[in-house]
Amino acid sequence: MQATTKTFDVERIRADFPILHQEINGYPLVYLDNAATTQKPIVVIDAIDDFYRRYNSNVHRGIHHLSMEATQAYEDVRAKVARFINAPKMQECIFVRGATEAINLVANSYFAPRLEKGDEIILTHMEHHSNIVPWQMIADKAGAILKIVPISVNGELQMDVYQNLLSSKTRCVACTYASNVLGTINPIARITELAHAVGAKVVIDGAQSTAHLPINVQALGVDFYAFSGHKMYAPTGIGVLWGKEHLLNEMQPYQGGGEMISSVQFDFTEYAPIPHKFEAGTPNISGVMGLGAAIDYMLSLDHLAIIEYEAKLLHYATSQLEMLKGFNIIGTSSEKVPVLSFVHGKIHPHDIGTILDAQGIAIRSGHHCTMPLMAFLDLAATARISLSFYNTFAEIDICMQALEKAKEVFG
Amino acid sequence: MQNLKELYQELIMDHNRNPRNFGTLECPSCQAKGYNPLCGDELSLYLNINKDVIEQVKFKGRGCAISQASASLMTEALIGLSVREAMHLFELIHGLLTSEQFDMQQLSSMKLQVLAGVRAYPARVKCASLAWHTLVAALKHQSDAVQTE
Repeated sequence: MQATTKTFDVERIRADFPILHQEINGYPLVYLDNAATTQKPIVVIDAIDDFYRRYNSNVHRGIHHLSMEATQAYEDVRAKVARFINAPKMQECIFVRGATEAINLVANSYFAPRLEKGDEIILTHMEHHSNIVPWQMIADKAGAILKIVPISVNGELQMDVYQNLLSSKTRCVACTYASNVLGTINPIARITELAHAVGAKVVIDGAQSTAHLPINVQALGVDFYAFSGHKMYAPTGIGVLWGKEHLLNEMQPYQGGGEMISSVQFDFTEYAPIPHKFEAGTPNISGVMGLGAAIDYMLSLDHLAIIEYEAKLLHYATSQLEMLKGFNIIGTSSEKVPVLSFVHGKIHPHDIGTILDAQGIAIRSGHHCTMPLMAFLDLAATARISLSFYNTFAEIDICMQALEKAKEVFG
Repeated sequence: MQNLKELYQELIMDHNRNPRNFGTLECPSCQAKGYNPLCGDELSLYLNINKDVIEQVKFKGRGCAISQASASLMTEALIGLSVREAMHLFELIHGLLTSEQFDMQQLSSMKLQVLAGVRAYPARVKCASLAWHTLVAALKHQSDAVQTE
């Protein structure tokens, strides 16, 4: 199998990721758990290292040289993030810990104070727990109701049911851009258009989409977009909430503390303007530097070539797995990020995971923090291969041979 | 790969394929549910105890080979034991699963020794211990589901 396309040299890419070049259990590492977290290119590791070695200091505080340098670099990354997702304004990009914190922030600061008894929040059956539990928590308090969009056999949202669920009671539609289990890419622009027609706001969980798809929040038309850095080659503990400026301005702060204020007296505090209103306390500055380097890295690659290469990898993995008898693929939408979930009639996903690990292959097995989806599919767990542009066709072959081996072990 | 062979020994695979005492009891003396939120494994355990002796044990559930085999082996080992002996066996199995220094001589059942293969896989210890934690919950007449997390 050709591992190189015209504009894409996977071996050169792999050289940028130090962690990939090691052995696990005596076998070369085959890392196929990218939907859990991606590995980090050397430029990201260096950016963190450089920050601590050369200009570590607090941001937005000091008037000394290092603090000014750190503040400048920190705000430069915010501008970079805005360009990366095509946000109209950089101050609409709030640095948070990750997609989970972003969703909790918007649920608590925008929606919770506006929810009334009987109001409705629409979620889908393919949401990660992080896009379910925050909504349950605020709905419980307000007496609001969660409505769930079901999925079809191939793992796509049932859009006709979604349309019927929408009403003047709908306050919020919270939906993932891409499923971490099924891989399905949801029609976000259409979902948003329909939600806006009934006056509902739209929150998108971009945890799985941001590493794979070009993100354009204006073209999607959404109101809020959440993503994690660590699933797109940046460090853990840093992520972004993007929101429309007027909505962010209407919101109460999520946490109180330093940096989020203009002035504090004991009887009155004036909050800082966005984005700082939502960034109480010293932020994850080195994480922001890592995120900036990850965005630079992704932009330095030919994005179209990446999308094409990842689609080829997914297609190859899917067709190879289909040839192995006994495995069933879960999620067969025509529009997918490179995620491949599967089950075997006689081998539990955890046993598959252990047998593959013994041969240096890292996959995920379990319920993937999507227990309602697992219940919907009537499965306790699945095994999942999730790919990145640094994976190769040869690695997929190795994985398939290991799956054959698992069948042998289980006779 | 040697560790893999020790984990998936023939006895384990046999009990996974053909679990012993699989099913339910109509009027058990005690029962409990176990759940492993990490992987979604679930297990229901039913015991009939007569004059402090465990006479019947049944289990039902779904999970990986390790959790199913461990449950199956456990049901075989429990029949005929007193409640006190069963609790002692739980302690021994806990030691077997977690400690390299565990003295195999303490286990009268040779069969249960196969569970030692799990030690090389820390992520799988919970799979093997689910049935045993559920046993303790049942013997303590707890009706709440237990978790291995």
